[in-house]
Amino acid sequence: MDLPGWSEILFTIGLTVAIAFPLGFYLARVWKGESTWLDPVLRPVEGVLYKAFGVEREKSQNWFAYTISMLAFSIASFVVLYLILRFQDLLPLNPQGFKGLTPDLSFNTAISFVTNTNWQSYTPEQTVSTFSQMAGLTSHNFLSAAAGIAMAAAVARAFAANRGEGLGNFWVDLTRISLYVLLPVAIVVALVFVALGEPQTLSASAAAVGLEGGKQTIALYPTASQEAIKQFGTNGGGIFNANSAHPFENPNAITNLIEIVLMNTLSLACVVAFGRLVVARKEARALLVTMVILVTAGAAAIYWTETQPAPAMHAVHASTAVNMEGKEVRFGAPSTAVWAATTTGASDGGVNGMHDSFMPLGGAVTMFLIQLGEILPGGVGSGLYGMVVMALIAVFVAGLMVGRTPEYLGKKIEAREVKFAMLAVLILPLSILGFAAVAAVLPVALKSLANSGPHGLSEILYAYSSATGNNGSAFAGLSANTPFWNSTLGIAMLLGRFAYVVPVLAMAGSIAAKPKLEPSTGTLPTHGPLFISLLIGVILIMGGLQFFPAQALGPIVEHFQVLAAVAGH
Amino acid sequence: MLSDIRPAIVSTVLLTALLGVAYPLAITGVAKVAFPFQAEGSLVKDPHGRVVGSALLAQPFAKDEYLHPRPSAAGSNGYDPTSSGGSNYGPLSADLAKRVTSDAAALRASTGHQQIPDDAITTSGSGLDPDISPAYALLQVDRIAKARGVPAGQVGKIVAAHVESPVLGFLGQPHVNVLMTNRALNVIVPKSPPKAS
Repeated sequence: MDLPGWSEILFTIGLTVAIAFPLGFYLARVWKGESTWLDPVLRPVEGVLYKAFGVEREKSQNWFAYTISMLAFSIASFVVLYLILRFQDLLPLNPQGFKGLTPDLSFNTAISFVTNTNWQSYTPEQTVSTFSQMAGLTSHNFLSAAAGIAMAAAVARAFAANRGEGLGNFWVDLTRISLYVLLPVAIVVALVFVALGEPQTLSASAAAVGLEGGKQTIALYPTASQEAIKQFGTNGGGIFNANSAHPFENPNAITNLIEIVLMNTLSLACVVAFGRLVVARKEARALLVTMVILVTAGAAAIYWTETQPAPAMHAVHASTAVNMEGKEVRFGAPSTAVWAATTTGASDGGVNGMHDSFMPLGGAVTMFLIQLGEILPGGVGSGLYGMVVMALIAVFVAGLMVGRTPEYLGKKIEAREVKFAMLAVLILPLSILGFAAVAAVLPVALKSLANSGPHGLSEILYAYSSATGNNGSAFAGLSANTPFWNSTLGIAMLLGRFAYVVPVLAMAGSIAAKPKLEPSTGTLPTHGPLFISLLIGVILIMGGLQFFPAQALGPIVEHFQVLAAVAGH
Repeated sequence: MLSDIRPAIVSTVLLTALLGVAYPLAITGVAKVAFPFQAEGSLVKDPHGRVVGSALLAQPFAKDEYLHPRPSAAGSNGYDPTSSGGSNYGPLSADLAKRVTSDAAALRASTGHQQIPDDAITTSGSGLDPDISPAYALLQVDRIAKARGVPAGQVGKIVAAHVESPVLGFLGQPHVNVLMTNRALNVIVPKSPPKAS
């Protein structure tokens, strides 16, 4: 660990937060339907699209109608993506001549991209055509992100409402977020990425004969256009198998910085926009501070673990202590650590180094950041509503302690809301631990592991955490492209997205209908250091109680094995 | 509920056409004009115009007169740009220990030095890491100089010129691009006189 390393970590996170504020102000305008400087170009496009969809811009939906629209859209986009992948051999722009994906892989991949998870059981450069990358995956990187941000807007409107019903219009939110927020940023960033070295071509590959005469086939894709939205929409699905460790996806320190900033800033901006919409800026800032504290702590912890002596290197007396297995030289430990924390905290799931080869506690931290519910700062939109759920639980716990009816942002929090919140939160341990328990005893599942012993359990636990948390990163030693893993992980992704958000939207409906109260002397302030500490406590204790036993059997056992191995030399 | 069917289908189709077809094609078009070198994969050519590799991707080097890259886990023989990826060995993996031990011994034999930079015997995340650490590059100077029959100082100067420092002093790590350094070596201190073309 050194000063430049710490500077890089703090600078990266600081820049992310600094950009989140203006972006959040802008996002709030988009949510409210106010005018923006892009109106002259985009208003007419919007109008044409609404006409084609057959929806009215001004028509607000109640929580149930909003949910049904969101589900209808998800089903339609799932079917279209499934068909594109399954039959890519019949579609244009397949210069690679790849076959259609198998049914279980198409199912898994389509769910993965529709739920903003972007788990990948396949090696893209050997599996998906240029058309599938563009029309299939790039477009869903936009759409699943827009759907997530739309739901966050609905939750924000619920808190802003006074005995209201409408949560906005899903189709309008989806369209405006795609057109006004995601697309313009993606265009600019994609061009910057090409300038910095990322390929952007329709050619399948280039042939090279190396200086020593060896032949190389260099796989190519329209990379930059997908990379930009992959990071900005917290999708994280690699254009190549190695994801952002691949030099085409992430050629240098500048692209690396931009990619890390992109993958957290929009999630934080959702919190800022929430504060504007609900007129609760201080309270929103408390949520943002909580997110930033925890993700920074995660980055620091991983930086520490990855600069501890790795046993294999220690045994041969290598020079220093950086665990470089699975890391790129241009990034080293600090860039990889801050990436690993932000990608798992944010439900992005892209990687710039291989988590499977991290030191045991480094792997444990990445997994724990996912298991805390993808709220640090979480996926775009989903991080905000996940954090709001945690805040409700925190004020409820505090209310129990002092014997008052809890309130949050002027809304009384009663049994109904807390039940919905707990229903949502409990889906995580149910899916992660339930599936992991089954996989840990099924021979058909265990065949896919690359490592045995506690590290093998970590691979299983990480896979279901990642799928349920809609993260998508992996302990990539797991060969997940089998019917068992494709199906169970697919179901875990569905549960993590929809079984989580439907109760949250129901809760939003119930909150919207309540009167908006003025704070009284008995109201617990929800913006100061006290509340931030309470919130951090609730997040860590809930996550810890649920997942510590499983972590103890995986990475924590392995950590002590590593200490023993290093001491033995 | 039935009223959602039309917007669901139409929005998926139209937004896919805009975001999944028009957007990437437009970026591709602009990139082709503005950044043709990067857009095609930063392909590096020899004086005859033949592609020798990508400046961004590792390729195998085993001869003594060249700077060697890091070991690679991409594809069965390594350095395969159609199969990027790391070893995914956990820190206690027996396979990792075996590989590291034999690579360390081989490296000590080939360089004649005892020290081993971490990157020299570990595989990268992509298996295509184009760079090595300055420490690993300097370790190879004596071997390269001997194979090329030139003083070590001359090779060391070329290697030092290819060290790229962290951006702003703290973003990323110092590194040396193996392919670009080897190309420079061939031009400045060729092993045999260059063939007339």
